[in-house]
Formats: sequence, C-alpha cells, structure tokens
Amino acid sequence: MSKSGATKITVDRSNSEKPKFVYVVYIASTAEKVWQALTDPKMTEQYWFGYQISSDWKVGSRYTAGMAGAPPFDKGIVLECDPPRRLSYTWHPQYEAFLHERHSRVTFELVQLDSQVQLTVTHDEFDEGSKVFESISGGWPRVLSSLKSLLETGRGLPRSWSDADKKWQTCSAEARA
Amino acid sequence: MDEVFKALADASRRELLDRLRADNGQTLSELCARLAMSRQAVSKHLAILEGANLVATVWRGREKLHYLNPVPIHDIADRWIGKFERSRLQALSDLKKAVEARDE
Repeated sequence: MSKSGATKITVDRSNSEKPKFVYVVYIASTAEKVWQALTDPKMTEQYWFGYQISSDWKVGSRYTAGMAGAPPFDKGIVLECDPPRRLSYTWHPQYEAFLHERHSRVTFELVQLDSQVQLTVTHDEFDEGSKVFESISGGWPRVLSSLKSLLETGRGLPRSWSDADKKWQTCSAEARA
Repeated sequence: MDEVFKALADASRRELLDRLRADNGQTLSELCARLAMSRQAVSKHLAILEGANLVATVWRGREKLHYLNPVPIHDIADRWIGKFERSRLQALSDLKKAVEARDE
C-alpha cells in the first residue's frame, strides 16, 4: 500500500513480458468469496456460462474447463496458487485450430479494499499472431461482469442466447457469407 | 456508473481509449508521442479514466503501462441491452458498417 493512502493497487511484473490484457473489476464482496468463485466448479458454472473450472489447485496440477460431462474445452497447469491472493494457470484451448500454439498464462490477483475486492486479470505469453488471443479478446469482460453480478446479486448473467436467437444468428451468418 | 459516463463525456479521453484499443499497454510517454496534447493533460485524463476503472495499469520495472479496461462498459451494456437483443444489435451494427464503408 502506498503512503498516500491511495486505494488503487497496481501490480509489479518487472520480470515478465508486457501482458496482452489487463482487466480490473471491483466486486462488493470478500477476497475469500471471490477466491471460491474462481476455484470451485459449482461456482464457476454459475457465472462462466456453464463452464466448470476444476482442479485440486496445487502448483503443477492439471486443471480443466468445460461443461459438466463433456470433454474439456481448455486444459492447463496450475502455476501459482496463493489463496486468497493470487492464482495463475496456463491456458490452452483444446480446439484443433489452437492446439499447436504454446500455452498462454492467466493470472488473477485479488486485493481487499474496505468492502470491495479489486480483482485484476492479466493474460499474457501468447504466440506471435495468436489465434487464441483473437478468440478471447471479447470474452473476459463478459466473464468478469457475470462474476461481479453473481457475487453482488446472487445471479450470473444469462449464460447464452435462446434457441430462437441461435437459429437466427446462424441464418444471418449464412446470409452474410 | 456516474464516473464512467463523466469519463466518457470527453473527446480527448475517448481518443485515449481508442489509442489503447489499437495498442494496449502503453506508457504515458508513448501515449503523449502520438497525441496533440500536453503530457500534463494526458496524465490528467488518464487519472480520470483510471478513477472510472476504464483504464487499468500495471508496473513493469519503472514503467507504468496503461490498458483499456472494458469491464465497466460491459456492465452498462448488460444493464440496458436485453439478452435476446444482442445478436440483432450486432447485425444492425454490421449492416451499418458495411453500408457506410461502401459509401466512403
């Protein structure tokens, strides 16, 4: 904490490359609850649009992300786990188009500020011209908004479009093609 | 939310956000180099954007890097855009872009 009493906490990453993304969300909750929301699959599925993020959260352990009962869409390794302050894991989507890319890295940092938690998400270590990077550009703000909503109101954001909407989207995509 | 709207109600600050969207993680000096604004003005605008959580910062050594943080804008969109409207709005937005590009 700075002596000026400023509430903004920034992250020092002197030894790493420049992150591609840095997202910050303030959540009216406790660091313990935010930590649980990041690491408990029963919680993640409530705001992460149905995805369960599962691991024993030991450094070096595997984690998986995916719908219950379906093959995981993402697998990686836990790099750091310091509850309820810092969690980091590699990110490696299991889609054909992405498999050849190196694992990127997601890091969550939690700081309790009075009645709020400052949650900072950084995502870095992408390949040059990464397709994964392109594909996730829009995803994090949505996940973080949904997490904030869940912890503050008890409800995540709607997990997906209605079936009618999906059909409509497919039609319009075909029309555009 | 007031802070977000106040921060966005200024063309210079919106331009700073555009610059970060094009090239995320810039230092104050990098942002100043490409703008017709004094360093002091850019610094002041960035502080307002950071106060509204539209800009997030990280330190890398002695450099402070600035990132566009779209989370508050997402919260605003979610408040007023219904869950079934999103794809239609996207289609309208795509249509507008396509038509306007043709007119250029």
